Amino acid sequence: MTPATMRTMRYTGTSVLAWVVAIAVFFPIFWIAVTAFKTEQQAYDLSVFFMPTLESFREVFARSDYLHFAWNSILISVGVTLLSLLLAVPAAYSMAFFPGKKTQQVLLWMLSTKMMPSVGVLVPIYLIWKDSGLLDTVTGLVIIYTLINLPIAVWMAFTYFNEVPKEILEAGRIDGASTWQEMIHLLLPMSLPGIASTGLLLLILSWNEAFWSINLSSANAAPLTVFIASYSSPEGLFWAKLSAASLLAIAPILVVGWLSQKQLVRGLTFGAVK
Amino acid sequence: MQETTSVAVSPAPAVPREKPRGRSLPRWLLVPSVGALLIWMIIPLGMTLYFSGINYNLLNPDLSGFAGMENYSFLWTDPAFWPSIFNTIVLIGSALVITVGGGILLAVLFDQPFMGQGYARLLVIAPFFVMPTVSALIWKNMLMHPVYGLIAKVMIFFGLEPIDWLGEYPMFSIIVIVSWQWLPFAFLILLTAIQSLDQEQKEAAQLDGAGPISMFIHIVLPHLKRAIAVVVMIETIFLLSIFAEIYTTTAGGPGTATTNLAYLIYSLGLQQFDVGMASAGGVVAVIMANIVAFFLIRMLSKNLKGEYEK
Repeated sequence: MTPATMRTMRYTGTSVLAWVVAIAVFFPIFWIAVTAFKTEQQAYDLSVFFMPTLESFREVFARSDYLHFAWNSILISVGVTLLSLLLAVPAAYSMAFFPGKKTQQVLLWMLSTKMMPSVGVLVPIYLIWKDSGLLDTVTGLVIIYTLINLPIAVWMAFTYFNEVPKEILEAGRIDGASTWQEMIHLLLPMSLPGIASTGLLLLILSWNEAFWSINLSSANAAPLTVFIASYSSPEGLFWAKLSAASLLAIAPILVVGWLSQKQLVRGLTFGAVK
Repeated sequence: MQETTSVAVSPAPAVPREKPRGRSLPRWLLVPSVGALLIWMIIPLGMTLYFSGINYNLLNPDLSGFAGMENYSFLWTDPAFWPSIFNTIVLIGSALVITVGGGILLAVLFDQPFMGQGYARLLVIAPFFVMPTVSALIWKNMLMHPVYGLIAKVMIFFGLEPIDWLGEYPMFSIIVIVSWQWLPFAFLILLTAIQSLDQEQKEAAQLDGAGPISMFIHIVLPHLKRAIAVVVMIETIFLLSIFAEIYTTTAGGPGTATTNLAYLIYSLGLQQFDVGMASAGGVVAVIMANIVAFFLIRMLSKNLKGEYEK
């Protein structure tokens, strides 16, 4: 066997193995997508050859207030993303370009707040939210999601700002730019890709968050995670409808995730792996 | 003493870049974030600690006052407590072994050149972006259902007896669902780490006659050590609070078979309204998380120092 055929064989073998694994891992999602376009009767068939129908989607819209939950999900995740960036970008700017003796400790301390398990504070948060009227409101969920994601946002922005050449900002400063001008006209354009990927990660995390949404919201402010959880009753046996509702809930954020996969690693590991 | 040293150091105008004159604003920009997190950390945690020391049951308002360690001793003897600790550890441990082990194998596989690599990678990382309630319900209803589920139908096709996965092997089923969600996370991070491996180093080892297995053990694994540690610790912190998957599939049952600490606290606090005991459980969860966090933060702080030296 020549080295060339060996290489071809190896290439083919790797291709087959890798694709078998990839398809197996992806299969449940593929199955959701297929079942969503079936009728309830067809859903119990394993066949993938059928006339696709939008009946289940129509049913989901007709029988539940789907748009209400979707709108809550959008409001919450966009709200969290904007609010977190608004808090995190100035903080990261301050720590990346004006590091003091305590900067390192502050960064690590911020991270340590992320280590607090949500269940550890479930009871007091529930009681505070109940007493202050935040229970089952979009605002209430935005506040809690922002608090749990803020450390990630600061860290991610910090690691991106660290890569911006400090000389450019200094040059601007010598030319008499104020702190705000420096941040808005010099730093933001240069680190826009980094800030964008920080935003995308925040969007994904808050879209999929299910612990606080299940415990702190019901009819009024419930996002899609809670709506889907309501299918855990026997309703879940209406597979076509469950699949249609699920597909609508996961498709947008799946696309966002695919687009930002490279940057996610940095955000999720706090810059430890790039 | 400290003042005198700072006086002695500060008049050196040789380093004006360190402290730009009249710029206190950058420091103030930290305040909103630090303030928000400070409040977030102190108030709820303080309340959890406080509640864990008093008698506080929303269904029984007559019962009140200082409880001492009573909530803890009740929790300690609660028939669900030790199973919940055990289940938490089993769930975290098994999911870690599966996701890290599988993640390493997948990362090595995907590090090789093959057809349509980019697309295959998109498929593998997809489960991470599926919301927990969707993945739990799809696995429970469409894949693991004892009669109509896909797995049952395939087993019948091969002449096997179908299994009621969530009824007979509840913990195993939860582990499968959770691992499916977290495998992509481990894979993505380990793949990124493996791709940063120096090509020259690999080629040098190959020239020295290292086979694929000794390559893996002596070159790839040591290089991945840090990334593996990061994956283990971050996953542990998230897995400690696994809740939605259990809430939507088994509700902690049958019995206490799938009750983890997170679910136990939820059920004590928001179902039985025993705030005191739930808070004691919360304190236990915080302690468990802190043990992991200690190591993670120590590692990241070393990393941060390296970053400054660069």
